[in-house]
Amino acid sequence: MNQQGLRFEKLKIASFDFTCCEGCQLQLANRESSLADFLRLLDIRNFREISSERHEDYDIALVEGSISRSDEVERLLAIRRQATVLVAFGTCACFGGVNSLKNRVSGEAAVSEVYGDMEVETLPVRRISEVVKVDLSIPGCPVAKEEVERIIISLVTGSLVTLPKYPVCVECKAALNTCLFELGEICLGPITRAGCHAVCTTGKTPCLGCRGPAEEINMEAFLHLVGERGLSRSDLQEKLAFYNAFDAFTP
Amino acid sequence: MKRDYTIAIHHLTRVEGHANITITVREGQLIEARWAVVETPRFFEVMLKGMSAERVPFLTSRICGICSISHALASIRALERAMHIMPPAVAEKTRLLAMHGETLQSHALHLFFLAVPDFAGTASILPLMESHPDIVRAGLQLKELGNEISTVTTGRCTHPVSLVVGGLSKAPDKAKLTALQKMIRERKPLLETACAFFRTLAIPEFSRETEFISLSNSTSYPSIGGDLVSSDGIKRDENEYLLMTNEYTKDFSTSKFTRLSRETSAAGALARFNNSSAFLHPEALKAAESFGLRPVCHNPFMNNIAQLVECVHILEDAEMLIDSLLDSELSAIKTPWKAQAGSATGAVEAPRGILYHHMETDSEGRVVKADCIIPTTQNNANIDLDLKAIAEWALEKGKNDREIEKLCEMVVRSYDPCISCSVH
Ligand code: SF4
Ligand code: SF4
Ligand code: SF4
Repeated sequence: MNQQGLRFEKLKIASFDFTCCEGCQLQLANRESSLADFLRLLDIRNFREISSERHEDYDIALVEGSISRSDEVERLLAIRRQATVLVAFGTCACFGGVNSLKNRVSGEAAVSEVYGDMEVETLPVRRISEVVKVDLSIPGCPVAKEEVERIIISLVTGSLVTLPKYPVCVECKAALNTCLFELGEICLGPITRAGCHAVCTTGKTPCLGCRGPAEEINMEAFLHLVGERGLSRSDLQEKLAFYNAFDAFTP
Repeated sequence: MKRDYTIAIHHLTRVEGHANITITVREGQLIEARWAVVETPRFFEVMLKGMSAERVPFLTSRICGICSISHALASIRALERAMHIMPPAVAEKTRLLAMHGETLQSHALHLFFLAVPDFAGTASILPLMESHPDIVRAGLQLKELGNEISTVTTGRCTHPVSLVVGGLSKAPDKAKLTALQKMIRERKPLLETACAFFRTLAIPEFSRETEFISLSNSTSYPSIGGDLVSSDGIKRDENEYLLMTNEYTKDFSTSKFTRLSRETSAAGALARFNNSSAFLHPEALKAAESFGLRPVCHNPFMNNIAQLVECVHILEDAEMLIDSLLDSELSAIKTPWKAQAGSATGAVEAPRGILYHHMETDSEGRVVKADCIIPTTQNNANIDLDLKAIAEWALEKGKNDREIEKLCEMVVRSYDPCISCSVH
């Protein structure tokens, strides 16, 4: 039996985007050196951004973006009806992403700030799993193409799909970086799921937790660390709220 | 031939974001042509309120997956100007190189993945992998090179990591810069292959006079900062961006429209070429000449060619920038700064045209008010008028509904519109 009950040679795949920057979709066209081999695994049935061909028979739907309008709810429900495996693709889809920062104000206030008197529909931003059942989540802002390729290959070959359970710190230490806490910064690496090769901290920028909480995190110890070092509470709040990925843990 | 029909393209394909085209023809006459952006808005101006300056570029880069470096740098420039911060020269050079990487990646994506299938009569690039493997390979390798330039300079190709207020969080690695230099030299000939291929494509001989707007400085081809100029002779300071854009809403579009001297105007590669071709590298000018592209060109399809010409310029300029970075000490990369209240505009030439971020900060460096005006927003009105003009032009030439539909899609794509970006 194959992964998620699927068995076929080429994966019939479709890609859809909702409220987002389309950066995750774009990753599918990156890593150009392996792109041709990657595409050979797939039968692309619907991918508006790169092809004018559209077919409604697909098994796997990569769903990018968050939900913030009623027509998006309708479109997502239709995709759910068709897809055997619905993948929340990227941080916007998995957690709501940066779009969720809009939820701090009312819809009316947001519309009048940007559009003045014009009427524009907008709902509070929701993650995909708040609207439909999600079978698989691939986090990241943007997703790491390498990880996407590994997961797609797992789906084709029917092996188990896994994400690292350990935090970004493990990858950051392996990269021999100086810890940003030593430089007086707050970094969400200790509580964030690895899999990005600690790309931000390797660039000397604190992790903002785009991949969401690691499987076993010690939030208490983390908050203690921040408090003990006398680091800014508001900086911590801003970082935890950035991708809306730690709402369950936010004190 | 059908004399009564409506062309309704719901969610145009091979563009970034969601938009529709409607063309109505009755008794062989054009009744209506409309470009409607229906993308869901994200309200970045609202999200930015209260955000600390350190975090701003990480948020603004999420406006767009294709031009995240431009968005990061426009907001960084706005904040640095608002708080009187002067980034070190090494950071400025690295930022310019990063812009080149992004533009190359974006132009290659547009030209090879999105535009070429129109000219080749295919639905996507996929069938071309079999029929034109050399061209597809050239496109992929150029796009990869653009991504590699961005990765070496900013830490990641989509959503930069090390572009921060005050300079850079980390200097580019010299060994990686050397490898990049080699990659540029090896791949430069691919542009000749690309130019030779594009010269074989039939570019529609359509033109409509319009006003072209771009950044301008007196020393180089525009990229980061400068004066705001138009081909109708307007020149303004960067901070006066509102007088240049005059944004207004249309009830059928979630993306706004802009205007300057005329009903519409255009931004983008063709605008930059038309206003600043004198600053292009001689090799790029040679490429332009081989296509008969000379300023001021009013054929919107030639925006594709202007993009190709810019790719030639970028690779020449990138080589010089890397040489200069390799010759410098890469230690002074960030100016320490203190938050202060202020307000300023940061304008950059994103791949699709001039991008404005305006930021007002409080004494703690938090954003009090933000405004972002995106290139595609500035092109919306022009796209709308081009649709009308091209539909009329095609009707006069006796084209049928299928041909008109195709021309309309193509003219929109030639602007390389980035719709989610324009709605932000
Ligand atoms: S997760 Fe990030 S990269 Fe992906 S669509 Fe959302 S904002 Fe863009
Ligand atoms: S910099 Fe961040 S990710 Fe790296 S070790 Fe320190 S806390 Fe962990
Ligand atoms: S370091 Fe943190 S913010 Fe950066 S990509 Fe990894 S998980 Fe995301």
